[in-house]
Amino acid sequence: MLKTYRSYVIGLVAVLATGAIPLSAFAQADFSGGWVTKMHEDAPERSDGPEIGDYTGLPINDAARMRADSWDAEELETLEHLCQKHSADYAPRGPSNMRVWAEMDPFSKEITAWHTEMTYMLPQRTIYMDGRPHPSQNALHTSQGFSTGEWEEGKMKVTTTHLKEGRLRRNGLPRSPNATLIEYFIRHHDVLTLVADVEDPAYLTEPFIRTSSWVFDENFRFAPKHDQCIPSASVPHSKGYVAFHLPGKNAWLTEFASKHGIPVEAARGGAETMYPEYQLKLANLPAPPPLPEKKQE
Amino acid sequence: MKEKMRCDTRAGSVLLAVILLAAVGGLSARQNESPGQRRGSRDPKVGYDRTSPLHLEHSCSLLPVSGVCLDNDKIELLHVQGNVYMLAGAGPNITVQIGDKSVMLVDAGIPQMSDKVVAAIRVLTDKPIFFIVDTSMDDDHTGGNASLASAGSALANAFGQDTSTITASKLSSGAAIFAHINVLNRMSAPTGQKASAPEEAWPTDTYESDDWRFYNGESVYMFHVPNAHTDGDSIVLFRGSDVVSTGDIFEPLISYPVVDNRRGGGIDGIVDGLNQIVELMVAKDDEEGGTYVIPGHGPICDRNDVVNYRDMVTILRARIAGMVKEGKTLEQVKAAKPTLDYDGIGHYGATKDAFIEAVYQNLKAKNP
Repeated sequence: MLKTYRSYVIGLVAVLATGAIPLSAFAQADFSGGWVTKMHEDAPERSDGPEIGDYTGLPINDAARMRADSWDAEELETLEHLCQKHSADYAPRGPSNMRVWAEMDPFSKEITAWHTEMTYMLPQRTIYMDGRPHPSQNALHTSQGFSTGEWEEGKMKVTTTHLKEGRLRRNGLPRSPNATLIEYFIRHHDVLTLVADVEDPAYLTEPFIRTSSWVFDENFRFAPKHDQCIPSASVPHSKGYVAFHLPGKNAWLTEFASKHGIPVEAARGGAETMYPEYQLKLANLPAPPPLPEKKQE
Repeated sequence: MKEKMRCDTRAGSVLLAVILLAAVGGLSARQNESPGQRRGSRDPKVGYDRTSPLHLEHSCSLLPVSGVCLDNDKIELLHVQGNVYMLAGAGPNITVQIGDKSVMLVDAGIPQMSDKVVAAIRVLTDKPIFFIVDTSMDDDHTGGNASLASAGSALANAFGQDTSTITASKLSSGAAIFAHINVLNRMSAPTGQKASAPEEAWPTDTYESDDWRFYNGESVYMFHVPNAHTDGDSIVLFRGSDVVSTGDIFEPLISYPVVDNRRGGGIDGIVDGLNQIVELMVAKDDEEGGTYVIPGHGPICDRNDVVNYRDMVTILRARIAGMVKEGKTLEQVKAAKPTLDYDGIGHYGATKDAFIEAVYQNLKAKNP
């Protein structure tokens, strides 16, 4: 049932993304070149970032909520996490432009791999198109994972495994290393749409599907990378310091709900909150508590 | 299934070793080689294309890439970095360091797999096994001691020597077994009493706190982490190859750490050990690559994986400690599900009860 629904959603999104016009003979699109990000989808989340305690509209489970409730934003400033690269499923969501280039077999002229690079922190991916298998579970997991691609009716389907632990949102909502990322790269003239489906049995109860778009820019150039990220803590801590909140001790979890007048239960997310029918339930949920008054300084 | 396999064991195993060099995700710079570059590259030792799926299919019909051609469907050999390989499928991971003259192992695996371990090593080299380091006294780490040692060769006190001077005439039979003193203490017994392990499996050489040796062409640093998984844990750094073998202090995606209270283990020792491993490691680029880790069980890792595991263990320890401080019983602690947010990662959930019980008892004993 879940799989049927997933196929339906992905199919629908893919059809919409291709402008509902069947490509003749489903040619293999050329993605080569520079692509400038379009931020019209989910702009607040992707630029300023989500607020703490905002889990709305995500098909998360209790484990994900608990993990996010324990998360302390200071983690982003700790030495071991400061330079952490954005993962393959997260990097396209940021305000990142993208460069794409192909690798071609010198004899058959078949494309054997696509490479992508994002502007923020410059994560590079390789998408193998030569039919190789995914490595064993004993192999290293990386931020970009191991990706293989194939063509499906004019769309390039990419399957990625071996991801390191990542995040669904930049407010502590986790994505586990168990996850599989399934993507469709769809070019429609000068617009490139990426349909990304994260399937994570550890933290999601349903497939989590998002789209992101870029516009082709023939003049696009990357800025030079001057040096690598060198971690330097703004607040010194003892060795082995880990930033986190103990259960029940995170004072900020309802601030988002209170600030925007959203019932606390709705802000806690879950698959139910993704669907239009939830509006009926929403109307009957209690209002959030008022924001705590700021202390006069 | 085995009967159906018609692949040549040795050829398939060589294939395994070299294919994994290239195909396994992110293992060293080789992963970044482009298909075009690699298509033309040939391993000088084996003389075939490393990456062609055609060769995979011809040599061994069972995919994905794994050690299926080693006459069993479990053993897998992965190149980690430099002179160091990881052998998986013989119980815990076995580290294989290959130098100019000999082979050093970290952990010996379970005895039932020793023949296959030797066969896998022989895929890479014919050099003798000189040293086996046990990272703890656990049966699955020491079970293969006797059989692997008997398959190797020994040189008196050779661990302190530069092996470039070793010649065949100096060799005698049986590899040396090296471990922390407490491993020997727990595996052996006073005369007249029954030991927990047969004498031929006991360590032949021990150390107490830390030990530096130059071996097989690189510096090897072994150090003891007191009262961690057990009271006899060792961590081994291959400084030239830039690889760390951790033993069961670190079991990513497989298990919460096993705190063996009966044999001197402790949760604080595990946190200390994980922090020491993090300190040993240098990330190459944006917290990825650089120093690699061979965990007791689980996949090859880098520093970021150890940091994430350290963070998890630190957080879980703090949660359970808080409940112990509040005077909660073990049943109350379990009912509070302190590990819920990590149980779905890998196989952690299967080990949660044992982990909570061990940490609770350990902390309770410290704060009665």
